[in-house]
Amino acid sequence: MIVEIGHYALVLALALAIVQGLAPLIGAIRRDAPLMAMAQPAAVMQFLLIGLSFAALTHSYVTSDFSVVNVFENSHSLKPMIYKISGVWGNHEGSMLLWVLILALFGATVAVFSRGMPDDLRALVLAVQSWISAAFLLFVLLTSNPFARLNPAPLEGRDLNPLLQDPGLAIHPPLLYIGYVGFSITFSFAAAALISGRIDAAWARYIRPWTLGAWVFLTLGIAMGSYWAYYTLGWGGFWFWDPVENASLMPWLAGTALLHSAAVMEKRDALKIWTIFLAILAFSLSLLGTFLVRSGVLTSVHSFASDPQRGVFILAILVFFIGGSLALFAFRASALKPGGIFAPVSREGALVLNNLLLTTSCATVFIGTLYPLALEAVTDEKISVGAPFFNLTFGPLFIPIILAMPIGQMLAWKRGDLLGAAQRLVLACVLGVAGMVVLYALRGGSVVPAILAGLAVYLTIGSFTEIYGRVRGAKDASSLVARALGLPRSAWGTAIAHAGVGLTLFGLAATGWGVERIVSAKINEPIAVGPYEVVVTDIAPRDGSNYKDLVAHTQIREGGRVVAEMDPSRRSFTTRTMVRTEAGIVTLGLGQVYMNIADVRIDGAIDLRLYWKPYVALIWLGALVMSLGGLLSMADRRLRIGIAKRAATRVQTAAAE
Amino acid sequence: MRFVLALCLSLLPSLALAVQPGEILADPKMEARARDISAELRCLVCQNQSIDDSDAALARDLRLLVRERLKAGDSDMQVRDYLVARYGDFILLKPPFKMETLLLWLMPFAVLLAGAAALIAFTRRRPVEPVAAQSLSDTEKNRLQALLSADGDKR
Repeated sequence: MIVEIGHYALVLALALAIVQGLAPLIGAIRRDAPLMAMAQPAAVMQFLLIGLSFAALTHSYVTSDFSVVNVFENSHSLKPMIYKISGVWGNHEGSMLLWVLILALFGATVAVFSRGMPDDLRALVLAVQSWISAAFLLFVLLTSNPFARLNPAPLEGRDLNPLLQDPGLAIHPPLLYIGYVGFSITFSFAAAALISGRIDAAWARYIRPWTLGAWVFLTLGIAMGSYWAYYTLGWGGFWFWDPVENASLMPWLAGTALLHSAAVMEKRDALKIWTIFLAILAFSLSLLGTFLVRSGVLTSVHSFASDPQRGVFILAILVFFIGGSLALFAFRASALKPGGIFAPVSREGALVLNNLLLTTSCATVFIGTLYPLALEAVTDEKISVGAPFFNLTFGPLFIPIILAMPIGQMLAWKRGDLLGAAQRLVLACVLGVAGMVVLYALRGGSVVPAILAGLAVYLTIGSFTEIYGRVRGAKDASSLVARALGLPRSAWGTAIAHAGVGLTLFGLAATGWGVERIVSAKINEPIAVGPYEVVVTDIAPRDGSNYKDLVAHTQIREGGRVVAEMDPSRRSFTTRTMVRTEAGIVTLGLGQVYMNIADVRIDGAIDLRLYWKPYVALIWLGALVMSLGGLLSMADRRLRIGIAKRAATRVQTAAAE
Repeated sequence: MRFVLALCLSLLPSLALAVQPGEILADPKMEARARDISAELRCLVCQNQSIDDSDAALARDLRLLVRERLKAGDSDMQVRDYLVARYGDFILLKPPFKMETLLLWLMPFAVLLAGAAALIAFTRRRPVEPVAAQSLSDTEKNRLQALLSADGDKR
């Protein structure tokens, strides 16, 4: 019964979404206030209905109701509770339901937190949002119904794919989806601006918290996914440039560009058309990612062609929204008036350069991801585009971005002083070069990691140079603190987010100094790795709920003293008869000792892979710091809605003059 | 006791892991070459993982094959050519530069150049300095005054 209620709620949500897509739109065109006012309650109700539906599916997972096909195929009564809940989105149908749930969540949030916004803008935004919602609800109901029943109900389920039985599944997809789907709001705002033909600096202020929010979650989601791959795959790789990862990187790059161009638009009323385009692009790339991941086109172009139902449906959604918005863009963009002008050397100019490089790197990932698919479809020839390609193309594009980041922060709006900016960055440059030389001397090996690490030092220090310049005139410590706290939060946000990029870069550079040992060792035989010695002291079986572990109890010693212990294991899952290795990871300082058991042989020897990865934690800590910067920027006083409204009236009076 | 334990373990379904101790060549130089070659070869059944990283059984076979060829005296190039002859360009993670991949390799740089050219054209087209504002007419001045004071009242 609960399952049917969930299914029915989803159908109701679709009906409501269609109404919400039409009524406020007509209202906005005819200036009919009651019709426009329908948008808000509809958006909230839509979220509640999809939420009910999601709760119903979660309920059948928690109670192991195997009469539901989806639960039978992806769950098991003995599965730990956390995986029963996260297993809801550990499959195609459930993850699409999570997708529409988050889409509706964003719609409802706009409806609730948009008091200061003009009525017609809000009505249009919610209408466009609801069109997306309706399309995906239709997709779920017609091709991916999670509520289908099974009769007679089996006694036991087939269990979740063991690779997914990991806390990562509980965190990674929701974060990533909030990021992905969050760009739907900026897309809706862009479409609304194009429909109404009005766009001003206030518009840029409305979208800024949404763009920032989506960007923060996407950053966290990607970082979490990368860490999950790192500890699961057994050798410490964290990024493979595989199409699924690229699918999340592309909206991130476009979203980052959008964030920066929206800043120009907000401050200087320039780059309007470009900002609208980026808003469309960021969500289009999210849709493309959904298509790539959900259609099966990645496994093979041909398997997609033989079972095309889902893929074709998403492709149709893709074509409708991307094509429609671009057509609208082509049709209306010329009506938008270009705004403020600026010299090439200025904050705006630097942000334009940032946009050029970010969109080019985004295009590079796009080409590298889709080229093999296109080539196979056209010529039947299969090629692979892997890490070496992206390192050769994406890498060189990112270095100028890193060099320019601190300089851009130092330039003034409208017309900047390049020489002055360079002079103030002398300290960062000197420290960067010094870091390069010292690290090369200490670590040896290839010069590439040292150069990248030096760049990272320059970027991290350089990010705070602007803040330092603004507080340095203080007379004593207390007035220094007062000045620092008095700076706008967005200034801190920028500095911290940029420094986060520097930290991540340092972590990436340091992978070049890692140590790898692939050895066969006996119990109590010490193995040297980096500055440590690792000893397996004992091997013993251990029972889990739906799996059995074989644990190698291991000590990490430094100069004869035990500094840490870890328990890497081989885990075998009974239902799907599959073995998975559980890496032993210990963080020491910012580096990690990483160990994996490949095999335990008859003679008692243990085949293992052991790594010392210096500074590796910085890769993900950097991403956390970036997100923190984004959150700080979101908390900036300027972004509160009431203030944005006052700013809007000011802009309008300015326009009237 | 330990023997029994080990015996039980060996009966578990086996999981081939990326490079294992048994695979490593005695000659460290040759092994380093093997690793470098493997890092640029795709595990054909995986998603963009190199055979060096992959846990798949096929990747293991390919790793052993690479080492066999090296031991037989092949150069790095010959090993790669041998594998391409058997499996096609699909096995190369770094696509070769030829007619079919011309667009792939050139497009990123073309995009960058096109973008830069568009930007330069755009900045050239319009004046950097704002045109000096013409002085306001009397009616405009009055209207400005009225607007400013009205705005001031609101606050």
